[in-house]
Order: sequence, then structure tokens, then C-alpha cells
Amino acid sequence: MKAGVLAIQGSVIEHVRALKRAGAGDVIEVRTTADLDKVDLLAMPGGESTTIGKLLKLEGLGKAIIKRVRTGMPVYGTCAGAILLAKTVSGDLKADNLGLIDIDIERNAYGRQLDSFESEIEVLGKTIHAVFIRAPRILHVGSDVEILAKYQSDIIMCRQGNILVSTFHPELTLDTTVHKYFLKMCDAES
Amino acid sequence: MPKKIAKNTTNLKKGLAQMLKGGVIMDVVDPEQAKIAEDAGAVAVMALERVPSDIRRDGGVARMSDPIMIKGIMKAVSIPVMAKVRIGHFVEAQILEALGIDYIDESEVLTPADEEAHVDKSKFKVPFVCGATGLGEALRRIDEGAAMIRTKGEAGTGNVVEAVRHWKKIMRELEALIKMNAAERKKAAASMRVSLELVTKVAKDGEFPVVNFAAGGIATPADAAMMMQLGCDGVFVGSGIFKSSDPKRRAKAIVEAVMYFNDPAKIAKASEGLGEAMHSLEITKLDDRFAERGW
Repeated sequence: MKAGVLAIQGSVIEHVRALKRAGAGDVIEVRTTADLDKVDLLAMPGGESTTIGKLLKLEGLGKAIIKRVRTGMPVYGTCAGAILLAKTVSGDLKADNLGLIDIDIERNAYGRQLDSFESEIEVLGKTIHAVFIRAPRILHVGSDVEILAKYQSDIIMCRQGNILVSTFHPELTLDTTVHKYFLKMCDAES
Repeated sequence: MPKKIAKNTTNLKKGLAQMLKGGVIMDVVDPEQAKIAEDAGAVAVMALERVPSDIRRDGGVARMSDPIMIKGIMKAVSIPVMAKVRIGHFVEAQILEALGIDYIDESEVLTPADEEAHVDKSKFKVPFVCGATGLGEALRRIDEGAAMIRTKGEAGTGNVVEAVRHWKKIMRELEALIKMNAAERKKAAASMRVSLELVTKVAKDGEFPVVNFAAGGIATPADAAMMMQLGCDGVFVGSGIFKSSDPKRRAKAIVEAVMYFNDPAKIAKASEGLGEAMHSLEITKLDDRFAERGW
């Protein structure tokens, strides 16, 4: 299986490295629809959701991702990636989201950079260190969405079928729990 | 059981810069420009009272912007907002922190406030980006607490040559450092006036320790893509956008050129019909070289 990391902007190389640490053999950066055609799964990194959303529209890459995900390609979005995968984006701040996972999300929901934080969280039966940077908050999830982790009362990681999202950045730490889970999910979907 | 929460850590400071990689950070002087920058796809904006080319033209002391303008810009856009303080002016930095700014640029473009010491950036909650002309300067800033580095280039000139020079120097010196043995590293740390701890870490990791952008003199999509091909993590564009004849188009074109930096056909398309670039200046004829401010 060939893994791809959406390489418009953001924590791209961090996801490439995290996927390799988690055991993905071949990982490429995806900038065009031709790149997307080559991959079996896609990670959408953290970054600025406004920027990534606009550039996804440029040459139809966003539409191509929608098509691939709807026909089963596993995708994992962190932070900005989660915003772009969300069905709806609530609050004053909008995004050019792709509308793929049945969640409602709010951008910059914890505040500005001074409110960014790190904390231990429980995920998949393990305690891991999680980094939240100008993070979004998942306000609501549909009944088909499986909640995988919470921080206090907030949902911070969830899955619907072939779509996984987290509001934190496992690519910024060396722990491989989340990326391993994503790769395992890909094995099951294929 | 409540978990321990940490804020304003080095991890988080460096982490925000990681989220900006592959993007364009644009100088803006008011909320309207900030909105144009965001709409064009900027990953962040830099608030300042005058863009560098105007600072050169008007002369006088260049300072941090009016807090009202900064607050207006923070309100106008949802992307991170950075703002500049004078080299060594820790009170301007305190003010920006009180305003809740996302990143502070301790910048040679403004008139330096202290000729002995840069701001002790480790004392602040807000992350800092600083300019550098070589590896020693970059690592000294990181030792002081900077979480992101940019080349100084020669701001306000529309001439990319100094940014290229600074970038290549940093990379050349980094390569040399990585190859050094322990004794050579110790000597290098002493001559660069950098902690041995940081020098050892850089050598061991084999890479630059923080996100490193290009800045100073970038005026065209081609300039931006060139810096990306040379290996920069992203670009700052100062006067290059809002001093050109068509800021909206140029801003968008530079964003596209950075995304497709390795695709000449796409950079060509982005470069079409942008109108006049900013008024440029011959660096050898400048009275004041901003890059020489700071050390």
C-alpha cells in the first residue's frame, strides 16, 4: 500500500515521518490529482485550514479527494485536516470544507496561540501526550461516528468508516499509537 | 482525574511555526490589507506600521504598530497574526503579548532599541521569530528563545539576492557543523557564541532545529518559488505585495507559486499578467542596510 500526505501546506514532513515510524513502507507527498491517483490512503496535515481549503479548489484536488474518500479511500485529518473533512463548520469562522465526516466543528475554538496547550490524553486504551495548536473543537457528531478519544468533555478524535479525524497533532510527537491505528484501519478497509 | 495541562511550551511555540510551513506570511498595515492577504491564501499576516519600502523612503524611527491597528487586524482575520518589535525592545514585546498576538518578530526592519542585547525571548509566553544572516546568528537567537528563524535578506528593496545569500550561508554552515567531531563542535560553539548544548543537538539531529523561512526582498512568484527550491520552509513577503500595482493578484500568485514551487509550468501560469512589481532599489546604493542591524 502506498500512503500519501496532502502537501499543500503545514505539518507535511511530520506526517510522512510519523507514517513511516508507524510502519508505512512507501509514503509520498500529494500536490496534484495525479499524485492522488497513486496513493491508497491519505493523511491531511495540520496547517491553516483557510489556505489549504482555497488551494484544494485550484485544480480540482479537493473534488478528487471527495470522490476517492466516498469510494472508500481511508483518510486521516489532523486539526486543519479535521476541519476540512468535516460536514459542517460552525461559528463565525468559515472554511472551504469538503463535508465528508458527519461532525460539526468550530475553528480556533480554544482561542489564539496563547491558549494552545499540551496534555496527556487517553486514546485507544493508552495514555499519550497530545499537542493542541489553535485547535478546533468538535461540537457534535452524527450517530454513525465512533468517538475514540475525549479531552475533558470535548471529543478530540473520532471515526466514521474510512474517515478518521483528530483535533490534536500526533505527528508532532514520537508516539505512533494514532498513526498505527490509521494504518490498521486502512488494512481493514482494503 | 484531571490531567496536567501545559501552555506556552517550546513545543507549542515551535509547533505553530510547523503549521505555517509551505505558506506565505504577508506584511499588512491595516485590517483591509489583512483581509486581502487571508483571502489570497496567506497562512499568517505580519502587522506593522509601514512596510519596509516606506520605512526606507520616509526615514525616521520605525516602531511597533499602534495597538489599535494590531487589534483591528486580529479581529479582521482568522489566521495567525504576527507583529514586529524593535531589536531589544522588550516592552514593545510585552505590549504585543498583552494584546494576545500569535507571534512576535524581533525585526531589523524597525529601528533597533538596544545595541547590547536582543530581547530575552525565553521569558515570554508568545513565540518569537528572528532574522539571521548566518548559522551563528540564527543559533544565538534560538538560544535566546526564538522558536522560528527567517533570513534577513534586504527588506524593502525588491531584490532577493541577500535572502539567497543568507539562506545559502546558513545551509553551508549547517552542513559543516553536522560533519564536525566533538572537539570541533566545542570550538564552533565558542566562536559562534552559542551553547554547546544547542550545537550538539543540531549536529546530532542533522537538521536545523526550528522552522526556517525566507524573507527580505521577495517580490515575485519566481522569487518565492526559488527560495522554496533552495529548501526554505516558507516565505515572508513584505513590501512585495502591497507596493505592487495589483496586490490581490500578486498575493494569490505568490501563494500558488509556493505551493507548486517545483512545477515551472504552474509558476509560469501564476506569474502571468501581474502588472508592475514593487519599486525596487539597488542594494549597493543603499544608505542603510537593515541586515546589518542585530548581530
